[in-house]
Amino acid sequence: MNDFKLEKRKYILGATVVLVLIVYIARLFSLQVTSDEYKSKADSNAFYKKTVYPARGLMYDRKGRLLVYNQPAYDITFIPREIKNVDTTELCNALNITREEFEQRMKIVRKSRGYSSYTEQLFMARLSSEEFAPFREKMHRFPGFYISKRSIRQYTYGAAGVLFGDIGEVSQKKIDKDPYYSRGDYIGTQGLEASYEEALRGEKGTEVLLRDAYGRIQGKYRDGALDTLPIAGKDLTLGLDIELQQLGEELLQNKIGSIVAIEPSTGEILCMVSSPSYDPRLLTGRQRGENHKALSTDKKKPLMNRAIMGTYPPGSTFKTSQALTFLQEDIITPQTLFPCHGGFRYNKFKLGCHAHSSPTALYPAIATSCNAYFCWGLVRMFSSDKYKNAQEAMNKWRDYMVSMGFGYRLGVDLPGEARGMIPNAAFYGKYYGNHWNAVTVISISIGQGEVTLTPLQIANLSATIANRGTFITPHIVKEIKGDTLPEQYIEPRNTMAERKAYEDVVKGMRQAVLDGTCRAADIPGIEVCGKTGTAQNKGKDHSAFIGFAPMNNPKIAVAVYVENGGFGATYGVPIGSLIMEKYLNDTLSEASKEKANAIRNKVIYYGDGER
Amino acid sequence: MERGSTIRNIDWITISIYLLLAVMGWFAICGASYSYIETDFLEFLQPSERTGKQAMWMIVSLLVGSIILCFDKRIYKDWSYILYIFFILLGIVTIFVSRDIKGSHSWLPLGPFSLQPAEFMKFATTLALASYTSRYGFNITNKRDLLCSIAIFILPMLVIISQRETGSALVYFSFFIVLYREGMSGMVLLTAICSVVYFIVGIRFGEQRIESIDVSVGHYAVLVLIQLFSLLMVKFWCRNDKTFLTLAIVNLAGTVGGYWIAIYLVSFNIIILQYLLITFSVIYLLLRIRLNKEKRNIFAVIFIIGSLAFYASCDYVMNKVLLDHQRVRIEVLLGLKEELAGAGYNVHQSKIAIGSGGITGKGFLKGTQTKLKYVPEQDTDFIFCTIGEEQGFLGSAFVLTMFAIFILRIMWLAERQNDRFGRVYGYSVASIFFFHFTINVGMVLGIMPVIGIPLPFFSYGGSSFLGFSILLFSFLRVDADRNLRI
Repeated sequence: MNDFKLEKRKYILGATVVLVLIVYIARLFSLQVTSDEYKSKADSNAFYKKTVYPARGLMYDRKGRLLVYNQPAYDITFIPREIKNVDTTELCNALNITREEFEQRMKIVRKSRGYSSYTEQLFMARLSSEEFAPFREKMHRFPGFYISKRSIRQYTYGAAGVLFGDIGEVSQKKIDKDPYYSRGDYIGTQGLEASYEEALRGEKGTEVLLRDAYGRIQGKYRDGALDTLPIAGKDLTLGLDIELQQLGEELLQNKIGSIVAIEPSTGEILCMVSSPSYDPRLLTGRQRGENHKALSTDKKKPLMNRAIMGTYPPGSTFKTSQALTFLQEDIITPQTLFPCHGGFRYNKFKLGCHAHSSPTALYPAIATSCNAYFCWGLVRMFSSDKYKNAQEAMNKWRDYMVSMGFGYRLGVDLPGEARGMIPNAAFYGKYYGNHWNAVTVISISIGQGEVTLTPLQIANLSATIANRGTFITPHIVKEIKGDTLPEQYIEPRNTMAERKAYEDVVKGMRQAVLDGTCRAADIPGIEVCGKTGTAQNKGKDHSAFIGFAPMNNPKIAVAVYVENGGFGATYGVPIGSLIMEKYLNDTLSEASKEKANAIRNKVIYYGDGER
Repeated sequence: MERGSTIRNIDWITISIYLLLAVMGWFAICGASYSYIETDFLEFLQPSERTGKQAMWMIVSLLVGSIILCFDKRIYKDWSYILYIFFILLGIVTIFVSRDIKGSHSWLPLGPFSLQPAEFMKFATTLALASYTSRYGFNITNKRDLLCSIAIFILPMLVIISQRETGSALVYFSFFIVLYREGMSGMVLLTAICSVVYFIVGIRFGEQRIESIDVSVGHYAVLVLIQLFSLLMVKFWCRNDKTFLTLAIVNLAGTVGGYWIAIYLVSFNIIILQYLLITFSVIYLLLRIRLNKEKRNIFAVIFIIGSLAFYASCDYVMNKVLLDHQRVRIEVLLGLKEELAGAGYNVHQSKIAIGSGGITGKGFLKGTQTKLKYVPEQDTDFIFCTIGEEQGFLGSAFVLTMFAIFILRIMWLAERQNDRFGRVYGYSVASIFFFHFTINVGMVLGIMPVIGIPLPFFSYGGSSFLGFSILLFSFLRVDADRNLRI
């Protein structure tokens, strides 16, 4: 070959260089321009999105006293694989636990579901700063142990635990449903913490941090330009008066029952006691687990809010609702007289009553709590020409009861409310076919039989009477900071009975305090209205009371229900009176203090059975 | 010749591109060594920083380059063998005195610095090869001359392999390009390229199957490639147009028709069809040799049989001869296995860094992947990642284009030489740059094997920068003296 031919090879070589260039530029194009895959991979490489948790909203009582706040707590975790040469004795001393506790804890962890020796395991949860301090000092001596800081709830007062509720780690089900949550987040699980979760939780923020190839954080990305700040949860002001709540819980100690007090004009709940109660502070520190177990296995169910979950026969307190129905339906007038000779007699049927003069009109019937009067009222209603038959009368009656807030959930701002029971015609039809009449269902007129209400519904009855026919759905939270209350806690609801009927019932209830069954409810200088209740049940009678004061322009309506407390006058009346006095006068008179002490020290024995 | 004319004769265009690449390279190293903690730009000029050291080496290189420009062409020629022997010996000495740095024995300690003699051996080898090929009576078609030429660059290669720098040793293969330009048979290069293509295609797509007819994509593709290459050989090498036409029609019709029938009509094993077509081609070529005296056809026949044999042996070697970890390395390289934490990690991270740059890049010092050290060796072998991430498609395409222009310019300079010494010298320089460029950028882009060689003027390292500068400047002086007859 000659040189001329060889010189042509320069073109082949030059073309090769150009070819390589074209291939590489095409490759660059496909990597950088046509695909976003690498960009997102780069982001997940380099960006570590750290969640910044907002402070959970605080709770104050109606007088501005701080009730629930946040406190830092420390979880101690460990990665089993990383533990090397740890002096167990020293570790136990630093954490103030025994060696046995240490061994036991390790054993539990190892047996737990999802255990892996490579991942972080929980060793001890929710240590306070003080408990945690000695451990922190020596932490470098315990390789493999880590801490994670959390924020837990703390309580100023040892009361209203069941109302505040609880927070806990969010469940997988909830995470799947609500993308706001991720594993390990706290969420309200009970009480107000649960029902106001969205207001209380605030909004999480994120910090975009840069993480290098070794997993080390190298600082903020673009000096935090993409960070979002957490937004603190909204504070709640409760309608609750914490001192009133404390008094209520003390009065019911060693008894099972409820007290609910409502401000009639607003529907705000002033106190809601469910006894046995518990000190919410028991569930904060490192003893939480143990205490929680004790509370949840207690047969008297201190974690259950009886004021909204317990359903009871309302007994004679219910007679007020009957009077309202009969008056409104023109079945009776305040002057209507019914006989009572030791009770209600109808053919062979007899329902007893205590001794009082006969015949009686409405006011004394309420004041002395005459059973016969209300039985006759029901008989007259069910046989009235106004209705086609007993069924129609029964359903009319049912409508009245429902309009007063019975038979369905009232809609209080707490989870787990029960609806109670108001029967209708169909209900009895199922048992008796068409063969039933007023006498068959007669006990509903005196708040017995099939009728059951929650203490909250009973209290709401009292508030409705105080308002002369309207009520606002009872609620614990008075104000959400920076937000409005839901419509249902502002809008008044009307019952089917009119003001005139209510005025008559109020007069009867006032007479009950002046010379009837509620004389002990009297508070000097205040016009108190009241109605006792003594509800029959399988065991000893339940003691109940409703009342409000002052009679004109009422400030407080209350319901008291003490399981197996006997006569209404035994527990219901004095407790209701003390609650009203405390709230209206802001303090108790000397005589009342003595009375309160006496009640506080009374114990009702319930045996060891499940309640 | 006067001094003034030498300066006028120096190719300032090449020097301009060289300076441009060097400055871009320095900024790339800034990007790669910048971490989020430091923010002061002046830090980059501190002699304690890698960027400061690199700047110092760049200045040293420019000084050395200027000095080199003062020696005329005769001196290079006279000293070529002495320098060659000196650096070979220095290379051997280095094996014994070097400290072990990651298994490599290539660093010669010199007081506060260490040098890599291997970087200067390229220069010495270039000199020696240019001298040898330009000697009177040299003829590359003469077997002895060819073998001696090859020996000149195989010797330093062996020394460098002994220093356990396999990547740097492979660079010496680039001298084959020079020999090709000087007249070595193109068959040698063709064979080498075909082998690589068969191997990669055969293994890379061997496991994939054409769904409807259950045929290995790799196997099929290699057979089609053999048909294609053999046709091109018949056309351009054997130059038998009629034979080419017949074979082209038969092979094209058979392959396309067979594929169409197999996919849409009757499913059958098209690999057997391809073998039949190839067999037909061989028989036809042999017949033409016998009947029409088309002797050159024999090369095509040898090529076809050789190709088939090579492919068969690849398969065998891959599955039976290679050890597991060796096979894994090859598979990772070919993208068969995504071994992200192991051998594939570097390339995977490098693709992420480049890919995240987008069209315009994240901006100087704003890359996250390189800053956060996701890419290993990011200021040396993987420096191109930083450019890809921070300057984006536009910036990195610009760098590649400048590099290609740089190489083409040197080739153009080599072509204008009046003697073989200058031309061989020029092509050696161009080939070395081309090899580094192709392998390094190809590796970073994930289309070439991971062979640890630097990207000239970009990768951090004083020895390599100085070595490349000496190589370039000495050629520029040779080029300036091109009219000087020696």
